Formats: sequence, C-alpha cells, structure tokens
Amino acid sequence: MTTVSRRRRRGPGAAPYLMALPAVVLFIAFFLIPIGYAIWLSLHAMRVRGKGFGVRTEVFVGMENYVTAITDSAMYEALVRMLAYGVIMVPVTMGLALSFALMLDVPRVGLKGFTRISIFLPYAVPGVIASVLWGFTYLPAVSPITRAFTELGLPAPDFFGDVSIYFSIANIAIWGSVGFNMVVLYTALRAMPAEVYEAAKIDGASEWQIAWRIKIPLLAPALIMTSVFSLIGMLQVFSEPNTVKSVTNSITPDWVPLMRIYQQAFIENDVYLGSATSVLLALVTVLLSLAALAVFRLRARRSA
Amino acid sequence: MRRRTLLATSAATMLLAACGNGDDEGGENGAAPAIEGDENAPATIVFWSWAENIQTVVDLWNSKNPTQQVQLSGQAASDELVSKFLTASKAGNAPDVIQAEYQALPTLITNNALQDITSVIDPIKGAFAEGTWNLTSFSGATYAIPQDVGPMMLFYREDIFTEMGFSVPKTWEEFGVLAKAVRAKDPAKYLTTFSPGDAGWLAGFAQQAGANWWSNANDAWKVGINDEATKKMLAFWSGLVNAGDLLGDPMYTPQWNSQMSDGTIIAWPSAVWGAGVLAGVTPGTKGKWKVAPLPQWSASENVTGFWGGSSTGVAASSKQKAPAAKFARWITADPEAVAALVKIGLYPAATVGQGADMLGNAPEYMSNQPDYYTTAAAIAKTARGFDSWGPNTNVAYGAFEDLLPTAVKNKTDFAAVADQVQTTSVDDLKKQGYQVA
Repeated sequence: MTTVSRRRRRGPGAAPYLMALPAVVLFIAFFLIPIGYAIWLSLHAMRVRGKGFGVRTEVFVGMENYVTAITDSAMYEALVRMLAYGVIMVPVTMGLALSFALMLDVPRVGLKGFTRISIFLPYAVPGVIASVLWGFTYLPAVSPITRAFTELGLPAPDFFGDVSIYFSIANIAIWGSVGFNMVVLYTALRAMPAEVYEAAKIDGASEWQIAWRIKIPLLAPALIMTSVFSLIGMLQVFSEPNTVKSVTNSITPDWVPLMRIYQQAFIENDVYLGSATSVLLALVTVLLSLAALAVFRLRARRSA
Repeated sequence: MRRRTLLATSAATMLLAACGNGDDEGGENGAAPAIEGDENAPATIVFWSWAENIQTVVDLWNSKNPTQQVQLSGQAASDELVSKFLTASKAGNAPDVIQAEYQALPTLITNNALQDITSVIDPIKGAFAEGTWNLTSFSGATYAIPQDVGPMMLFYREDIFTEMGFSVPKTWEEFGVLAKAVRAKDPAKYLTTFSPGDAGWLAGFAQQAGANWWSNANDAWKVGINDEATKKMLAFWSGLVNAGDLLGDPMYTPQWNSQMSDGTIIAWPSAVWGAGVLAGVTPGTKGKWKVAPLPQWSASENVTGFWGGSSTGVAASSKQKAPAAKFARWITADPEAVAALVKIGLYPAATVGQGADMLGNAPEYMSNQPDYYTTAAAIAKTARGFDSWGPNTNVAYGAFEDLLPTAVKNKTDFAAVADQVQTTSVDDLKKQGYQVA
C-alpha cells in the first residue's frame, strides 16, 4: 500500500488534470450538456390542461416523439431529396477540387496565385449571401442568364424545374466549397517530396501519368478527409435551400432534413419533436461518417 | 362634421381613460386573475417591439411620466420575437410589455406568457371598432390591445388601367374576367400574382369570404379551415392561376419587385400599409398606383379582411402589471400616442387614428389619390376577422405554406389543400390535448 502511494506522489501529480481541465470543462459545457438537454427535451412534450385555450405544461412522454419522428413521411421525402442533392454535390465538388488542384500543381502554369485566389474566393462568401445572389440569377424576370438565352433566340432554362432544382441548389454549394477543398488538396500536393516526381520524370512519365499514378494515390488521405467533409456538408444542407425557398414554389419548407427539423421546432413550435428528430439525424450522421471513413480507409489500404 | 363629432367623443372617452384611476380594476369575474397594485406606482417598464422608430413614441411617454419610465428594447423580426419571448418567459427575464402580431397571441397565451388584461381595458374598449377588438379577445378574455391593423384593399396601376381601357373590378367575378382580358390584350402583362407562401394574406381573403377558421364554444375548438367560404376562395384563385390567367409566383422577391415596377403586374391585393411597401419596391411608379376596396364576393356586399397588424400585451411574468397595462393602454389608444404611431408610419387600430384628420393627406407616394386615408378609413370599418385565432395558428400557417406552393407548381386544385391543412391542424390540436368539436 505504501509503495503505491509513494509511487503516485512521485508521478506528475495534478498538473495534467489541470491542463486538461479547460478542454474538459468546455467539452462538458458546450457539447455534453446541450446534447443531454436535447435528449431530455426529446422525451418530453407540451400537453394542454384545462379548457378553451388551456395551459400548456411540460410532461414526460417517453418515446412518443421518436415514434412520431420515425413515422414522419415528410422526413423520408426530405432525406430522398437530400440524397438527390448529395449525388450531384459531393462528386462534382470533389471532382472539380481535385482537377483544379492537379492543374495548379502542374509546373509552368501561369497566373497561379490569381487563379487560386479566384477559385477560393467564393468560399469566403457566406452561404446565405451566395444563395441570395444565385437565387437572383435563377429568377427568370431578372436573370442575366435567361436574358442572354432570349437575346440569342434560344429557349431559356428553367432553374426551378422538378429536376433542375437539385442542380440549381447543388450549384450554389459547389460554387462555395470547391475552393476550400481545392486548397486542402493543393496544400497536400505541395507538401509531397519533389524527389518522387523527379524519379517519375526520369522514368519517362508524362504529367498525366504522374497525376494518375503518383499524385492521386498519394493524395488519398487528403481526399478521404475532404470527401467526409463534403458528405457531412450534404447532411447539414440548410441555408441554400432555405434561402432560395422564398423565391420559388419548388422548395417546400421541409425540403431537406434540417429544414424539416427547423419547421418542427420553430414554425410548429414543437421543440420537443424537433429535438427527437435532431437526435436521430445526429445518430445517422455519425454512423454515415464512420461508414464512409471505413470504406475509404479500406480502399486506401487496398490500393496502397 | 360628423367625423369631427365622432373624433371629439372618442377623444373625450380617452381623456377619461387617461384620468381613470383604476377603479375598474379588480377582476370581478372570478375566472380571470386580476391585475393588482397601483397603476401609478413608480416603475421601470421594459418594452419589446420591432416597429421602426417607435423610440419616439416611448420618449413621448417618458417625458410625461417621470416616475414610470419605459425602456425600449428593439427586437428583430416579429416571428423571431415570439420564440425569443417564450424563451425569456421560461428563463424568467421577459419584458413587461410586448408587441405581438395578432396570430401569435394564441401561442403566447397557451404558453402562459401573456397576462389576461380584461379587468383593466374597459376605459378604452370604445376606442376600437368591434372587428378590431375581436382580434385580441379570446372566449371573452382580452390578452392584448390592438395597436395597428392592416385592412385589405386593392392597389392597382391607374395609368395602365386607363391606357388599356379597364375599370376597377368590383366583384371577384369581374376580377377573374379582367385577369383573362389583361392576358388577351397584352400577353406580357398579368393582373396580379397569387403568392402561395403567405398564409397571413390567405387568411385575410378567407376572412373576407366569410370563413371562420377557429371558434371556441363550450370549451371545445371548432376548426373550419376547409369551410365552404375558404374552399370557394381557394377554388377561385386555383382556376385563374392554373389556367395561366394569373401568375403563381411568390411576392417580395427581386422578380416581383421588377414586375411590379415594369408594369408586368398591374394590381396587388394588399393592406393599408401597402403604400409604404410600394414606395420601397417600386419608387419609379410613384403617383401611378391607386387604391380601391377589395373585390367582393357579391355585388351587394362590402367586406374586407385583415392582413398583418400587431397588438400590445402585458407579460404574465411582469412584476408591475398595473403600470405596464397603463402603458399598453396609452400607446394603443391615447390620441397623442396614436398620433405619434401615425408619424412613424403605422396605421393605428384605434378609430381615432384612422381618419384623415389624424393621418393628414395621402402618403407622398400616393399623391395622386388625395383621399387615400379617407378611403382607407372607410374600408377599415368593413373589415372582419375570424371569431378567434386558433391555439395552433402557427401549425395551420406552416401547413398552408408547405402545401400551397406545391399545389401551384403542380397545378392541382388549391381547395384540396384546405382539407389537408384542416386535418393537420385538428390532429395537432388533439395531440396537444385540446377538445375539438
């Protein structure tokens, strides 16, 4: 017994705990407690007592909100729309970001700094502002695109059609996120040892072959990270459709899952149901991210 | 002359109100918890409002009531204010007095956030038209005092109407015929757009048609969102929009702004505050718009509905309810306060503020219609609301704003939407525990 306590005394003491304390406190205050509160809310609901207007009181309802959330057909429709949006947004964003990064990395390309900045700049524009800008360009009566088509005597595209709406919304997100992903990939490319490329060149590899056979495989970790970010971005899509909603009949207030949650919590004033749906969506997000990471890792390992 | 007398009497009533010393406070009807305490006691009252420049009205009160100072806390949008106020009430730091839109009142009441002020409003009841007063009373209890209202009326481009040889439609039937005539004469123009995402606008049309979305009898709620009047109204718009005679695009978009100013849209069913919106949206067409009563469902009728407007209420959590109620009465009904409300661009709910005497000449934007406010006051008298706003008005509004845009997009029957909204609203009421008749 005495040896143990002596050993402890000789150890680092309270210092590591003290140093970890701020992080732990912040983690508890801004992560665990809000999550705990959301879970607590999701198990409760407002019920009316009394006559006429009555008085609403908070009562424990068990899993009732979860049952409502799981059987909510609007939520599944929202999920399908989100996937349709994601099928366009994720591959196009990643494809463009990768192509731009590879192109910028080719030696003897002019105006590199300028190009990089102009591709990156949209990322600095807040999503809501971007949506307002693009929404403006989509509205037939004020759209410069529609105007150009009519001037040329061509039929103007309908940006708010049943199918085109997904491209229109994805376009806003792609415009805003390609730059960020490109910079991450480009930085990863710059960090690679130059000897690898030199060796490839000595072996007679063309720029194409270097890109395909060397750069992309070496980029795998950065690609995995940016893909997971894009996937999470898809799950969190909200501000683009929510902003464009006000200018078109094609976007309903429950268009994507987060909009459905917003509708439940703040339009229908049912924070309890909104919390239950949020908890479920958070679970799905975590599972999806883990699954995506696992798949990507497996691939990376196989190709390595 | 007659208007003068009326004004004089209401002014006198309100003077009396201002002198009233709280004799009528006491809550004789046991059901309502009375407001207690001396309403002239020194107090610092916190007031939440989103109206622009309302500080000038508050300053006026503060200069006259040195012991009862009001602190204005300017808040953001009206919808946000409801969530904020409910949260603040829960947290115990709600203001004493709050400005709230009429349809938000039930939500505030059922969350126990608003004080029943029935016992302290007798002195000013006469200052409002009955239809207006009903906007803030629920099953006989009053929870707020009407501050400003939005009786609906029809704005139209007088210059284009004259040029195309059209006269202002008196009935909705004529409105429909005119919509087709406009298309036939100039395919670039539309009479108006039916904006499916504005449930408040729709509610105004329903009120005019004679609908009664909510009423309460024997402690059970009756929901009539799919009543005949509402369906008739929706079917009417459905026919015109789906046939392409009217646009079905939302209002308040850059596209709408441009169509309103370039003459693509030549009429706008709106409310009295519409002149202010037009001045902002299409300053170039100043002096070209005129206002007329909303078209009627039958030639012999003369009714309109409400779109927008707000009231002033006392928070249930306030610790100085009597002085707070005194301020709420003042800001809504005292002639001086009403005059100050007019100055900041509100169309007051109190009848004393609705005549040309108080409002003066037409707004500058409507300079071509010198009798703008006289017309507006005449229209305001014909406005009718529902019996009551429902305890889940927000759910019904949300459902309309969810389903109607899709109906417009898919060209399906709008009247069918009313059935869906009815089901959604009733189901929600039952789920919350309300009795539904």
